[in-house]
Amino acid sequence: MFKLAKTFAATGTRAYLKPVKLVALVLFSTAAILFMVKEGTAQNTTSNQFNGLGRTATPAEVKAWDIDVRPDLKGLPVGSGKVQDGQPIWENKCASCHGTFGESNEVFTPLVGGTTAEDIKRGRVASLTDPKQPQRSTLMKVATISSLYDYIYRAMPWNAPRSLTADDTYAVLAYMLNLAEILPDDFELSNKNMAEVQQLMPNRNGMTREHGMWQIGDAPDVKAVACMSNCVEVVKITSSLPDYARNAHENLAEQNRAYGPFRGADTTRPPVAKLPGSELGRLASAGSTPTSSAAMASATTLPSGTPATLMPPADLFKKQNCFACHAASSKLVGPSLVEIAAKYKSQTDSEAKLTEKVLKGGAGVWGAIPMPAQNQLSVADAQALVKWILTTH
Amino acid sequence: MSKKFSGLTFGRLRNAPEHFLDGDLLAHVSQNGLDAQRRNFIRSSFLGALATATGASALAQNTAAVGDPAILNKQIWATTLGKPVAANPYGIPSKYEAGLVRRESPGLTRVSAASVSFTPLQGLFGMITPSGLHFERHHQGWYEIDPALHRLMINGLVKREMIFTMEDLMRLPSVSRIHFIECGANTGLEWGNVAVPTVQYTHGMISCSEFTGVPLSTLLDLCGVDLKKGKYILAEGADGSGMTRTIPIEAAMDDVLVVWGMNGEMLRPENGYPLRLLVPGAQGVSSVKWLRRIEVGDQPYASKDEAVHYIDLMPNGLHRQYTSIQECKSVITTPSGGQQLLTKGFYNVSGIAWSGRGTIKRVDVSMDGGKNWREARLEGPILTKAITRFNINWDWDGSPAILQSRAIDSTGYVQPPINMLREVRGTRSIYHNNAIQSWKLDANGEVSNVQVG
Repeated sequence: MFKLAKTFAATGTRAYLKPVKLVALVLFSTAAILFMVKEGTAQNTTSNQFNGLGRTATPAEVKAWDIDVRPDLKGLPVGSGKVQDGQPIWENKCASCHGTFGESNEVFTPLVGGTTAEDIKRGRVASLTDPKQPQRSTLMKVATISSLYDYIYRAMPWNAPRSLTADDTYAVLAYMLNLAEILPDDFELSNKNMAEVQQLMPNRNGMTREHGMWQIGDAPDVKAVACMSNCVEVVKITSSLPDYARNAHENLAEQNRAYGPFRGADTTRPPVAKLPGSELGRLASAGSTPTSSAAMASATTLPSGTPATLMPPADLFKKQNCFACHAASSKLVGPSLVEIAAKYKSQTDSEAKLTEKVLKGGAGVWGAIPMPAQNQLSVADAQALVKWILTTH
Repeated sequence: MSKKFSGLTFGRLRNAPEHFLDGDLLAHVSQNGLDAQRRNFIRSSFLGALATATGASALAQNTAAVGDPAILNKQIWATTLGKPVAANPYGIPSKYEAGLVRRESPGLTRVSAASVSFTPLQGLFGMITPSGLHFERHHQGWYEIDPALHRLMINGLVKREMIFTMEDLMRLPSVSRIHFIECGANTGLEWGNVAVPTVQYTHGMISCSEFTGVPLSTLLDLCGVDLKKGKYILAEGADGSGMTRTIPIEAAMDDVLVVWGMNGEMLRPENGYPLRLLVPGAQGVSSVKWLRRIEVGDQPYASKDEAVHYIDLMPNGLHRQYTSIQECKSVITTPSGGQQLLTKGFYNVSGIAWSGRGTIKRVDVSMDGGKNWREARLEGPILTKAITRFNINWDWDGSPAILQSRAIDSTGYVQPPINMLREVRGTRSIYHNNAIQSWKLDANGEVSNVQVG
């Protein structure tokens, strides 16, 4: 078929044709038109079905990924867990970030706190209207118990998501609700009683969908008017940054270009007394670029393939995700850098010992969660990191 | 050859593969380059010492009498051989631009794997955000996902639950569209009072890119979506947070895209490589990164990031759930907070405007804190749910000023003052602050963040 059409194309270009050929041409062209129509149909069909793209999901695949739990509890796994079973899991896997009582504000905002027995009755958390309430805990906010189950089962613990079984999740959730005085000490939470426990959620009536910010046609909250002249009598400044916060985001001069119409203000110094003038500006761009900005320049121009040993330990620490478990001064999953330095600084063999620990992993010194082996690091890098932790913290 | 030129500062000079330069010529060029470079080096050092010793006025006089040293001196880039092609196989910005990088706001979050880095809007031009400066928001850290192991599942209320590989997806008929992504919490620090100094930290959770991918409707149709029963979709990410968001089916079948391309290349890992959802006009969290699953359902899901986080507290103690649309907003990016003007005279005041409900129709700019306004020039192309750049001429007379911009979108919505929003939403709702931004310019040329009432 295809060959036929090609022949037609070749003969069709000729201006002079003998009658016999003409007959043949008519035949050919009819066939060619038929061919083209058929081809066109085939293409249309293809564009709707995308033959060969995608395949049917197997039931096991859907089961493996479809773990979400809706407010009507669709998707809730069969299982159960007691408050008392939740306690050891909590202490091993949750307390390091969330505190023994779910009250910690160190790493994340508190999970527990700010709710009352009256809230549980009413289904609205009264402290949410109190502007003096310092933090909004998770249990002050969340309306649906399904959201908590899904949260824990899907994304917790922080550094090992999806490592809890369904029963573990029921137990941890039961323990957390017990900490919030929603469930009694001897309670066993299960897929069978989740709907009843939903009726005890302190803020279960605290959500609204009545607003204009979900569906595109909804009406906005406010209707401002675009006045063009003499719109306000007096312009009053109601808020500005206090002087002591001038350098809180570090030197703004280094966060702008050192040339062009606008520089960054040098926030390591008080504001300049008067307009600097263009000559000073020209000088600034010619020579007096802050030294740290030159340092930044060289840092960002390091080619990506640079051996990690050339990287400053602070950057290496960041690049290797060490910060996921270790903060500078507060305890996260692992000890803070300050704590490590304080403990090991004075020991003579600490550098070698800690280097080995970084490379091979360790357990038990700072808590239940073991330090995983960082065998992707070179020995030199591990040494550099340890040295940096011990000498600068 | 290579031995002869070792140690030259312009080194790494190699023969072209064709060997079309003979050795003598190459040596000659290189030798002259070296001489010029040395001469220039000595001259610059001398001038540098002069400037330090005599200060600005002497240099100014010198410049007036003779001319600009930048012109009179031979510069090294004009007098020596430059670097070869592919010296940076993947190009990087000039070292002089090193200050303009993504930054965290100190003290905003306590764990950097669940944090934000802000786009340096104070130094950007036009409507497209460079991919390397696209703001970051991760909920449980980011990974480089192996695209060969990435899958997209579509399940729920469809005739056929399906799996797609990257190969499947990238063979489908693709579209490319320019849209903004703005985090719902952008400018959220400023609800109660001024909290941060620069536009990077007040507004830097917005970026705008050209995205390439396939309409979600194409995939849903392919699976035989049940549009009678299916009212919502759930989008899920492959990261540890398993980010999940509910999206109304109308939006899903309208302009939502499943994208792999960003500004002509694959998505950056921090922005969802190899696949993300793009929900134009909605808060960024809906554009789920590392997209691995779409479920069609008949009810909203109240997932963690729409039941515990990303809910807006109202003064009456209720939380608004599923707030999504990023309403019309604008901000002047130059000059802006933390910047320093050096002289009086002409400036091109420039900024960006956008709306989650459509296109930008007009932007007005005030230099007197909102008393009087002038219409700014809109730069094209003006696209729906995309950043529009605006500019306005200004001759600054050196007296204190308060700069504001106010955008109007295709629905007629006018960007409101902060007090108007506070009357409805109070000061603790965190999300969706699209108020007019004010920058105070002092007589000393320094710009700072203020609010006016």
